[in-house]
Amino acid sequence: MSEEPAGPAEERVPAQREDTGEVIGVRRGMFGAKDGGDTSGYGRLVRTVQLPGASTRPYGGPRGGAAYGDFDEVADELEGALEEQGLVPENAIEKTVVHRGELTFHIAREHLLRVARTLRDDPALRFEMCTGVSGVHYPGDKGRELHAVYHLRSITHNRLIRLEVSAPDSDPHVPSIVEVYPANDWHERETYDFFGLVFDGHPALTRIMMPDDWQGFPQRKDYPLGGIPVEYKGAQIPAPDQRRSYS
Amino acid sequence: MSTPEASSRETTEGPVYTVTGGDWDEITEAARQADDERIVVNMGPQHPSTHGVLRLILEIDGETVSEARAGIGYLHTGIEKNLEYRNWTQATTFVTRMDYLMGLHNETAYCLGVERLLGIEEQIPDRATVIRVLLMELNRISSHLVYIATGGMELGASTIAIFGFRDREMVLDIFELVTGLRMNHAYVRPGGLAQDLPPGAVDQVREFIKKMRRNLPEYDKLATGNPAFKARLQDVGYLDLTGCMALGITGPILRAAGLPHDLRKAQPYCGYENYEFDVPTGDTCDAYGRFLIRLEEMKQSLRIVEQCLDRLQPGPVMVADKKIAWPAQLALGPDGLGNSLDHIKKIMGTSMEALIHHFKLVTEGFRVPPGQAYAAIESPRGELGVHVVSDGGTRPYRVHFRDPSFSNLQSMAAMCEGGQVADVIVAVASIDPVMGGVDR
Repeated sequence: MSEEPAGPAEERVPAQREDTGEVIGVRRGMFGAKDGGDTSGYGRLVRTVQLPGASTRPYGGPRGGAAYGDFDEVADELEGALEEQGLVPENAIEKTVVHRGELTFHIAREHLLRVARTLRDDPALRFEMCTGVSGVHYPGDKGRELHAVYHLRSITHNRLIRLEVSAPDSDPHVPSIVEVYPANDWHERETYDFFGLVFDGHPALTRIMMPDDWQGFPQRKDYPLGGIPVEYKGAQIPAPDQRRSYS
Repeated sequence: MSTPEASSRETTEGPVYTVTGGDWDEITEAARQADDERIVVNMGPQHPSTHGVLRLILEIDGETVSEARAGIGYLHTGIEKNLEYRNWTQATTFVTRMDYLMGLHNETAYCLGVERLLGIEEQIPDRATVIRVLLMELNRISSHLVYIATGGMELGASTIAIFGFRDREMVLDIFELVTGLRMNHAYVRPGGLAQDLPPGAVDQVREFIKKMRRNLPEYDKLATGNPAFKARLQDVGYLDLTGCMALGITGPILRAAGLPHDLRKAQPYCGYENYEFDVPTGDTCDAYGRFLIRLEEMKQSLRIVEQCLDRLQPGPVMVADKKIAWPAQLALGPDGLGNSLDHIKKIMGTSMEALIHHFKLVTEGFRVPPGQAYAAIESPRGELGVHVVSDGGTRPYRVHFRDPSFSNLQSMAAMCEGGQVADVIVAVASIDPVMGGVDR
């Protein structure tokens, strides 16, 4: 399914991985046959779902390639700037992932604010713009179920990076970065509204889309989509979340 | 206050306060005595000049807005959640309805994200990419025309409103011819396009360019130099570059503050680096500057559309990979666009394998390798970013749209506070928010 882009052989070699990736869940069976009646034998298939794991140096750049590139430069500058502040970079940056030409820093949540401020203010980094936060819920990723994903854009250096922070379901707290990027005000409210991620330090963390008295957080995976079966040309079409799923 | 609302008593655990109700008589009396005209006005969510169901909460002191806040969420339809229950291709039908004035931008941004995760960015046929650019630029023109038309209408300039919708109709006619629908197209699909341009489309686009080049100066005549129009727009909704950067503003508002940031130039996608066009900027930071920039952007879009037509070469419009390419072929029948009869004849009559293939791909869909991607494009309103996450299944695990209307609308308070009530309308119009995109 995934053909590599044509080019010289060394450019097609993906960055090496330390581990095989982050397991976020296990899927069983096939064809979406969940409850008995599966005589095909495929019902016993087990597939672990793995997100791309940590990459090793050199990270290359957005156009791929195994040589020292733009991504290494960003990582060097960030690690250097954190060291200058007396922070051990390994403690703040849990892992660095390069996948599909995009650079992701997984940040320990207690260091998020410091890292964001460094990324914005360091002249060699200058990520002036935060394009908001997107929540993702991985119920199978025990202890780090809720992820907050930030995309930072540097207009000065014309770069884009991604920060990812995780929090457990039992303690859904992530520091707010509104004081560094005021643009994130509504975005954090939206992520709180849909995922229940509490952004500590946000000036007014209230629901933004759903009604104020809404119960629950609709975009979590355990929150049902809802819907009713409808009749179309004489046939009953089940609600979307009741239809067969092949995933 | 003479009587404290909270009396306290000391306990072993520290002071305990007993809070009682405030003295309402005192408060109402104070309000009656006050000589200001401070009132809180609820504007919307059903108000013709708030662009859909936007609710503005304005605290006004006489004619001056002292505080302004926006209430949103009245058009939230849970599209992002719904996508997680549909396959990757079906999602285009949903995302096109988010910001309904730039449906083709939504579709393209989403498809670019999915294609990056699939690793097929390099395999998208040239013709499909050129048609995407062509339609996106036409969509930019139609979106800006709605901005000019509704913005004009709110000022009482009904001629501008009628002219704007008159010209937009020509774009919608092209969309109807090409995609089958005037809005909500679901025409751009992961891997390419739903179908090729129909016969006559290129001629109609050429005709449109000719007409639009003739019509665009009318807006200059009606509005650009019009003293009443200028008086309403100039120095209204002021937001300088510092404010724009802090609030994450993109698009015409940022460019009106002087920064020539345009993703089509900065981070080209869909081959924008091969087109010649200019990024207009201004330095007035006000509603008038934004108007001029959008007007100029329409001219630049026409340039790009023209280059697209010259660039169009015959060829496929869907990736060659049959594991991804949508098998159904569409054709125009007597009852509109639908499955091509030839295709149905083939899968039902001659090839069982083709039928199985069609069935598998249409009901189950294709799988996308696990991972996440962020695709950003320059929409008419600014940076439209799509964060796509896959768990390797046939459905999106999570799709998040960073809609420019949502981000830009945050600047409403900064633009309106301290200004006149009448200027709120102008400032909000200059942000050009579309609630379908804000609330999703």
